[in-house]
Amino acid sequence: MSIQRREFLLAAGAAAAAATLPGCATTGGAAPAGKVVVIGGGYGGATVAKYVRMWSDGKVDVTVVEASAEFVSCPLSNLVLGGSKQIADITVSYDNLVRRHGVKMVHDTAVGVDPEKRTVTLASGRSLPYDRLILSPGIDFIWDQVPGLNNADAQATILHAWKAGPQTVGLRKQLEAMPDGGVYALSIPVAPYRCPPGPYERACQVAWYFKRSKPKSKVLILDGNGDVTSKAGLFKKAWAEEYKGLVEYRPNHVLTDVDVRTQTAKFETQDDVKATVLNVVPPQRAGAIARTAGVITANNRWCEVNFLTFESIKVKNVHVLGDAIQIAPGMPKSGHMANQQAKVCAAAVVALLAGQTPNPAPMLTNTCYSFVTDKDVVHVCSVHQYDNEKKTMVTVPGSGGISPAMSEVEGRYAFGWAKNIWADSLA
Amino acid sequence: MRTVKPLLGAALLAAALPAFAQTPDPNVARSLAATCSNCHGTGGVSQGETESLAGKPKDELVGKMQDFKTGKKPATIMHQLAKGYTDAQIEQIAGWFAAQKPAGK
Repeated sequence: MSIQRREFLLAAGAAAAAATLPGCATTGGAAPAGKVVVIGGGYGGATVAKYVRMWSDGKVDVTVVEASAEFVSCPLSNLVLGGSKQIADITVSYDNLVRRHGVKMVHDTAVGVDPEKRTVTLASGRSLPYDRLILSPGIDFIWDQVPGLNNADAQATILHAWKAGPQTVGLRKQLEAMPDGGVYALSIPVAPYRCPPGPYERACQVAWYFKRSKPKSKVLILDGNGDVTSKAGLFKKAWAEEYKGLVEYRPNHVLTDVDVRTQTAKFETQDDVKATVLNVVPPQRAGAIARTAGVITANNRWCEVNFLTFESIKVKNVHVLGDAIQIAPGMPKSGHMANQQAKVCAAAVVALLAGQTPNPAPMLTNTCYSFVTDKDVVHVCSVHQYDNEKKTMVTVPGSGGISPAMSEVEGRYAFGWAKNIWADSLA
Repeated sequence: MRTVKPLLGAALLAAALPAFAQTPDPNVARSLAATCSNCHGTGGVSQGETESLAGKPKDELVGKMQDFKTGKKPATIMHQLAKGYTDAQIEQIAGWFAAQKPAGK
């Protein structure tokens, strides 16, 4: 029997012995108190900030460090590329986190972490003390794996648009400026990367635009993977039927470099491909602050965590959420998953700050809706539970699945999902 | 004393089990219900197309989830998600949402 288990039983026993108490609401420990600093205001960071405030009844002080003035959603950002949505439609203010939940927003960049003194240093020079630090830093690109893109000028010419915002708007402009008859080529990195179905949805959205506005043009998918990594059958059906003649899929195209001047992509074994608009989604790893904090432990790329608390396996009092973590089997790097992880983390952090034992059986769900047209959508979903023997999250047998076909009904649910997750994370 | 503590804990747990079954830890139910809120809204108050769950009778919510689970009630996605939860978890989630204030109340 582990220490934690023993303490849990003792606490449970004590609560039951106090017959006047209403159930197990008070399993010992004081009211939670302390300071939480969250780095990153994306799906993971915003959600954990809100839920720590909510679930501690406002007793835990929460500061979010985020460089951007507003939240811009990666999910739905492919619709901006297709032209059926504008960037304003997927932009959400941080005001409600501050006004309704008392979260302190600091628009700055974290540049240092001292896990001994438990402080975070910001680019402005300011220092923030913490009892628990939660990193939700998202991804950084491994530019040295694409040498031609390893400078600012190149990165302003061949776009990734894999962080929603100015890059999304910039790529849309490139597509608008492209003459009819041009080739849009999309390079996809070898998995794992942020949002498994995202590149294939992007191909659909650009094809949707071409079909209406530039029908002689072509979408060329250059996939580093051996096959479509998510909802393969559904996407291939869309390319064969909805976008017949517009989309070509080429697997096993592992990008090694680009020539910026000629918009040419180079590969390990395949022939070079010259495009009119080349869009490279580069290989990825946890955001830079994760390295600074010393929590990158897997393949020099991702952060391993204890899935009961999302605390780093290496650095105490530092938790990691979202795309930056080393995923459990079947767990995608998605905004929905980051929001779910954030709630498990928030519950655990509030419990730990109150001297209580975190929930020993947390659950996570995932739902990824992908837009095939401007209205028709397909999904993949899964349910994950903590496995006490394997010490990781596992998918619940028999649960989860994909859509049988694209549908407008799921399109309505997908927009409903967006409204709700934006509110659940930020309002 | 080290050897006595776990035994004492175990004995008390045995006595505590019925109490747990009747009055589950509200934080566990709350945290389970939070897995629904990405789509159904924080506290079950939906902002969009998805159904609000806040304040719905517990029996209705349990019945729906069970019908999704068995396939009796057709769905786009809930038949796949419902299968991820045990009957006991569905009871806890439904009980928690039933106790929440509905939208605008």
